[in-house]
Amino acid sequence: MSWWAILGLAGAAYALKAAGLVGLGPRAVEGTALRLAALLPAALLPALVVVNTFAADRRLVVDARAAGLAVAVALAWRRAPFVLIVGLAAATTALVRAAA
Amino acid sequence: MAHDSSGDDGAAAHEFGGDRVTDSSDRPDGVLDPRARRAIWVLGAAIGVFGVSFGVLATTAGLTVAQACAMSLLVFTGASQFAAVGVIGAGGSLGSAFGSALLLAARNAAYGVAMAPTMAGRSLGRRLLAAQVLIDESTAMATAQPGRVAREHTFWATGLAVFVCWNAGTALGAVAGDAIGDPEALGLDAAFPAGFVALVMPHLRSRRGQVAAAGGALVALVLVPLAPAGIPIVAAALAVVPAVLFAPSPSPTGRPDGGEGPA
Repeated sequence: MSWWAILGLAGAAYALKAAGLVGLGPRAVEGTALRLAALLPAALLPALVVVNTFAADRRLVVDARAAGLAVAVALAWRRAPFVLIVGLAAATTALVRAAA
Repeated sequence: MAHDSSGDDGAAAHEFGGDRVTDSSDRPDGVLDPRARRAIWVLGAAIGVFGVSFGVLATTAGLTVAQACAMSLLVFTGASQFAAVGVIGAGGSLGSAFGSALLLAARNAAYGVAMAPTMAGRSLGRRLLAAQVLIDESTAMATAQPGRVAREHTFWATGLAVFVCWNAGTALGAVAGDAIGDPEALGLDAAFPAGFVALVMPHLRSRRGQVAAAGGALVALVLVPLAPAGIPIVAAALAVVPAVLFAPSPSPTGRPDGGEGPA
């Protein structure tokens, strides 16, 4: 991979990041746009969870990660501390994987 | 804090014109919520380990140590970096490496929109700098906090911690090779979805947040088999539309700041 490719990728990735954060002025983030922006994490985080748990390339699979997710959901529901949610989910996945 | 999901950003908007730092729900300047602080340590540690595996993968795919480190410093979007060197390592073309990397990076544009209300009052230089650390973890941690100032502090703390850990990990992996071992054997690939589950909880207190979350998960599930990686996550942003159109607004007046917002 050439240096030009790395710099090009960096420039494109940065442009995507900066577009909303720098491109939108204070006036653009009021009213309806503000309500939509505030809801974006609520929509994107579950999608990240789905993809990181159930996607293997372009297939949907249920593997050791799903066991970790089940533990995480149960603990988050019970309002467990973040450290516990993440730690026990990882440990569960590692154990299921080791047992398989 | 009982029902702050879309509400807080409404409150934040009212602060643009006036005194921005007297948000009563926030801690004093520079003080981070202790729970957020611990969560940042956990995320940083997990990301450091993945940084090591990125460094190993990148040098295995033919990048020099300097190139691997430059990529983590400059591109700084984990999923995109893994995709790019994965495609290159498998003998794919530069075009397809770019394509898959940028599809995965596209969600950062949505994060920019989500974080814009929090950063809108800040200088251009500050926002240009913030853009570099605008990623899954910084946005998720920040938007889980109540109040604009808490969100801003958490965004910077998470972004900088992840930046340092990811880059230190990359350098270690690129130089020393696979010293830590397989992150998946430690179950660390399950750490991120688990963390995101924890961080989505505050968004689920409002009906709108629930509709957006269910919609986003559904869009991703449907699109994983149909679209290239990255698309299922970006497309999930569309779930905010039914949430705003069909779910009742958080307050009887229809204003977004019907919660206990301090405005």
